Amino acid sequence: MFALVDCNNFFVSCERVFNPGLEGKPVIVLSNNDGCVISRSNEAKQMGIPMGSPFFKIRALVKQNRVAVFSANFNLYGDMSWRVMEALRQFDVSVEVYSIDEAFLDASSIRPDTLAPYGEALQRKIKRWTGIPVSVGIAKTKTLAKVANEIAKKSQKSQGVLNLASPQYHAFALSKLPVAEVWGVGYRISKSLENSNIQTALQLRDAPDHWILKRYSITLLRTVQELRGIPCFPLTLHTAPRQSISCSRSFGTLVETLPDLKEAVATYVARAAEKLRQDRLLAKQLTVYIRTSHFRQEPQYANAVTMALPVATDCSHELIQVAARGLEQIYQQGYRYYKARVTLTELSPTTQSQQNLFDTVDRAKTQRLMKTLDQLNNQWGNGTLKYAAEGLKPQWLMKREHRSPAYTTHWTELPLVKT
Amino acid sequence: MASVSPGHIAPVDEFPLFLCRVSAGFPSPAEEYREGSLNLNRYVIRHPAATFFVRAAGDSMLGAGIHPEDLLVVDRSLEPADGRVVVAAVNGELTVKRLSLQRGKAFLLPENKTYPPLEISSALELQIWGVVTFVLHAL
Repeated sequence: MFALVDCNNFFVSCERVFNPGLEGKPVIVLSNNDGCVISRSNEAKQMGIPMGSPFFKIRALVKQNRVAVFSANFNLYGDMSWRVMEALRQFDVSVEVYSIDEAFLDASSIRPDTLAPYGEALQRKIKRWTGIPVSVGIAKTKTLAKVANEIAKKSQKSQGVLNLASPQYHAFALSKLPVAEVWGVGYRISKSLENSNIQTALQLRDAPDHWILKRYSITLLRTVQELRGIPCFPLTLHTAPRQSISCSRSFGTLVETLPDLKEAVATYVARAAEKLRQDRLLAKQLTVYIRTSHFRQEPQYANAVTMALPVATDCSHELIQVAARGLEQIYQQGYRYYKARVTLTELSPTTQSQQNLFDTVDRAKTQRLMKTLDQLNNQWGNGTLKYAAEGLKPQWLMKREHRSPAYTTHWTELPLVKT
Repeated sequence: MASVSPGHIAPVDEFPLFLCRVSAGFPSPAEEYREGSLNLNRYVIRHPAATFFVRAAGDSMLGAGIHPEDLLVVDRSLEPADGRVVVAAVNGELTVKRLSLQRGKAFLLPENKTYPPLEISSALELQIWGVVTFVLHAL
């Protein structure tokens, strides 16, 4: 038995916890660079603001209706997500964190006649502990739990909790769900199914096995089996070890010169190296990728270069230097760059580091330097200590004009409470 | 050609409850009593997922020992009971007051004679945000 707990309009809900005056009002959250809408309150949805809409398209609507706008505050959302998952763990069952705002719980130890009250208890605890409203869907398989959650979220009657353990309601529930909204059915598969006259989840459930296997894949067949109530996807609790660490952002303003590009890339390398040290890993390979914007009518250029490191390292300045050399190889003048990505690969745990006889770097001294850098940045806030290569007042920094404070992760940005 | 460097001894950064000198060949009688370090986080934060830090802005709670700019530890998991200092959302704004639930009436009380008590009626939009458990005041 599975319970899927899913936060309602998660990013907006996070903002509302620290701005209670926004309850009942239209609120939206924008992606990095204030590009497009990535979260909407129910009131904003009702106003017709589509998910993913570019901000410039709805500016007039937003102004007219006094919609509250926030730039994505991932410091806050990441921390709130951790809190929601920790609160779920208080229930003493296995929790699989599926995404930033969803988790599957193992509900097999709960008495069947208490499943709905259990769902309500989950909802109440999360709301009380974190302020985040959630919906709960309960069923024998993950796919059905997702269906239950979808219905619970939208139906007034269910108040956000729906127990679909009993098969007698399945036919009705599945007949109301478009096939495109079934977990695991993507856009292309849904279009293909619709062409074969399979419009609803119910019709998909009742499609013959051999037909599904022949036209699609074993994965879709498993999804169909799950719709029938046969569990095929178990709870996965152990995450596989990381294969790569990336840092990638688009630029606030287009970048043309090599020095500016080096600054941006240095910042991304520093950020990726921080994540590397946090996970206690070393990298032996670094890839730099740059490209122009394909939204614009101008000459296009994209390229990447992969650099090998003589010794696996987690040292920021070593990685920055290597990235700069790589950038020199792929940079072409005359283009306006829109985005860069830095990826660290060939990762190994720090406990397995190997020495190289010809290593010219004082590893012990570097370790102490990195540790001091991380400690100071943790204590005083990100960016307290930076490499000069990252630039002092860069123009290419992400636009985040409407960002709320990092209420739970920076001492200098705590909520102020009227006393 | 790199030189071979000797093993590096890491500095101690946690303070054990007991620090004792060990003379060669004679084990310290205090060694058995070492219990581990004092962790302020664990003392102050009982429910990490439900605990938030906020900063006080104002002087209406001086009588409770809360000064402007003090750090408040707020635990959302605790029951907002009569007599507890709470953070409440009043008309959309976060505020700190003492909760009074007496004889069927609810009040938000300041701890400063220059401020009036606030009666909680249905007209007032009120939501309890969390219970204040500790205040950290820098001297």
